[in-house]
Amino acid sequence: MPEQLAFTIEVFLNGLMAGVLYALVALGFVLIYKASGIFNFAQGVMALFAAMTLYGIMNGQVPFAHLINAIFGTEIHYFGWNVPALAAILLTIAVMILLAWMVQRFIFRYLVGQEPIILFMATIGLAYFLEGVGDLMWGSDIKTLDVGLPQGINETIDEVTFGWFGYGFFIDNLDIVASVVAIILVAALVMFAQYTKQGRAMRAVADDHQAALSVGVSLNFIWILVWSLAGFVALVAGIMWGAKSGVQFSLSLIALKALPVLMLGGFTSIPGAIVGGLIIGVGEKLFEFLIGAPYLGGATENWFAYMLALLFLVFRPQGLFGEKIIERV
Amino acid sequence: MLDQGDGYITEDGRKIGGVVMEMRNITLRFGGVEAIKDISFDIREGEIRAIIGPNGAGKSSMLNVISGFYVPQEGQVFYKGAPRPPMKPYQVAQQGIARTFQNIALFEGMSVLDNVMTGRLTHMKTGLFSQALWVGKSEKEETENREVAEKIIDFLEIQAIRKTPVSRLPYGLKKRVELARALAAEPSLLLLDEPMAGMNVEEKEDMSRFILDVNDEFGTTIALIEHDMGVVMDLSDRVVVMDYGKKIGDGTPAEVRGNQAVIDAYLGVAHD
Repeated sequence: MPEQLAFTIEVFLNGLMAGVLYALVALGFVLIYKASGIFNFAQGVMALFAAMTLYGIMNGQVPFAHLINAIFGTEIHYFGWNVPALAAILLTIAVMILLAWMVQRFIFRYLVGQEPIILFMATIGLAYFLEGVGDLMWGSDIKTLDVGLPQGINETIDEVTFGWFGYGFFIDNLDIVASVVAIILVAALVMFAQYTKQGRAMRAVADDHQAALSVGVSLNFIWILVWSLAGFVALVAGIMWGAKSGVQFSLSLIALKALPVLMLGGFTSIPGAIVGGLIIGVGEKLFEFLIGAPYLGGATENWFAYMLALLFLVFRPQGLFGEKIIERV
Repeated sequence: MLDQGDGYITEDGRKIGGVVMEMRNITLRFGGVEAIKDISFDIREGEIRAIIGPNGAGKSSMLNVISGFYVPQEGQVFYKGAPRPPMKPYQVAQQGIARTFQNIALFEGMSVLDNVMTGRLTHMKTGLFSQALWVGKSEKEETENREVAEKIIDFLEIQAIRKTPVSRLPYGLKKRVELARALAAEPSLLLLDEPMAGMNVEEKEDMSRFILDVNDEFGTTIALIEHDMGVVMDLSDRVVVMDYGKKIGDGTPAEVRGNQAVIDAYLGVAHD
C-alpha cells in the first residue's frame, strides 16, 4: 500500500475523532434550540464553566477564594481535600442543573414570547456573565484536567496497522474514549427523547407550545430539563477538550467551531449535529493534509469550516438535515 | 363542597349526572374590550354541551377560560364542586380537562401514535430518574398507557395511519388525531373548539358520529363550540348561545331554537 494512502486514512480517522468533539458541542446547541427556539451562544462557556467546576471540586478549591480573601484579608485557597473523579462529576452535574434552574428562573422566564434575536442577545450576556463568574469562582489560570482518562498513542492500533500497511497509525487513546463516550451519550439522549415520558414531553414542547400545554406539560419544567441536559453535554465536552488541551478560556471558543457544524447539519437535527461535526472534522483535516499544507501554506484548519459553512449558507441554507424553509404566500 | 345537583334524563333516554363544571359570573377583558360579559352556565356529567353564537361572540374565549389559557378578571370557575383557583393551562390539563383547538395544534413532527401518547402524559406518574434509567415501573407504565392509546386509535379508526407523521395527513384526519390525543387523556371534561370547522359534509358526518360514540361509549362529558347550527342541534343536549360576549340563551336545542333573541342574533337585527 502506498504510504500516501495510509497517511490519508490516518488523517481521516483523526478527523473523525475531532469531529466527534465538534458534534458534542453542537449537540448542546441543538437540544436547547429545538425545545425553546433559543440559540444558546453560552454553550461554549458552559463547557468551560463545567470543566472549571469539575477541576475546582476535584482539587478541593475554595470557590470565590480570591473574592473572600480580598474582602476578609484571609489567605484561603484550598479545603485541603481531593474529591474522587466520579463523585466530582456527580457534584458538577448538580451544579449544572442548578445553573439551568437559575438561567430559567432569572432570565428566560421573563423573556417568554420575545423575538429570537432578544433571546440570542440574552445568551450572549449569559456567556460573558458565566465567563466572569467562572473566573471569579475558580481562578483564571490554565488548569490540567485529569479525570483518569487514558491518553497517548494507542499501541494496539499502532502495531496492527504497522502489520497491515507497514506504517503505524497514530491514534490518541483520549480520542477513542471521547468517541465512545459521545456515541453512548447520543444514543442515550435519543432513547430518552423517544421512549420516556419526559422525552416525549420535551419533543412536544419543541413542536408546539400551545399543544404541549393542553396535554399537561409544564413548559418551565421542560426548559429547565433541557438546559440541564445541555449543561450535562457541556460537561462531557468540557471534560474531553479539557483533558486534551487544558481548561482555559480558549475552550469556550470551540463553540465558534460548532457554528459551521450547525450550519451544515441544520439547527434542529440531532443526527445533523453529529454528521455535520464529522464532516467538518474530517473535512478540515483532509483539506489541510491534501491541499492546505502542500499548496496553500498550511493553517487552513482555522478557516476551512467557516468557508464550508458559507457555501452551505449560499446553496442550502437549511443545512443537510434541517427542516426545509418553505414560505407560503 | 358545592351542591352538584341531581341531573336529568335526556330526550333519547340518557341519564345526565351532576354539575362537573360551573362558570359563575365570568367576565373577561382584553384591555378595554369585554370579550365575555358576566356569563354563568354549567356543564353536567355525561352531557354534550354546545356553545354557539355568531363570529366574535366570545365562544373561543370562553373555552380558553375553561382550559386555563385565559384568566377571567371577574367571576369564579367551579370544577367538580370546588372553586378552582387561577391556574396554568398545563395544571388544568392535569386536572382532567382535555381540549382541541380551532386551528389544530398537533405535534407535526411526531407520528400519530406519538401524538396520541402525549395525551397519556398526565397519567404517567413515574419520576424523571426512573424514566431516564428505564427502571422500576417505567416499562410497565409505558405498556399500559400504550394499550389505552391503541384502544382509542382503534375507536377513532385511524389504525392505518398510526405511524404516519402528522404533517403528512390531510386536514380532516388531523382533526381526528387531535380528538384522539384529547381522548387519550381519559378526560373528565372534553373541550372541542369547532371540531367540524372547514370540513365537507361527509367529514362532518364522520366527526358527529365520533363525538356521539365517544359520549356514548366512554360517558365523556363534552363541551363543544360549533358554527353549524344543524350539527349543534343534532348533537347536543343543552346549548348556550352567546352574542357580543353576552349570554342570550340557554336550554335544550328546541328551547333555544324558539328563543327570539337567538333568532335575532343569527338572522341579524340592528343592535341598539
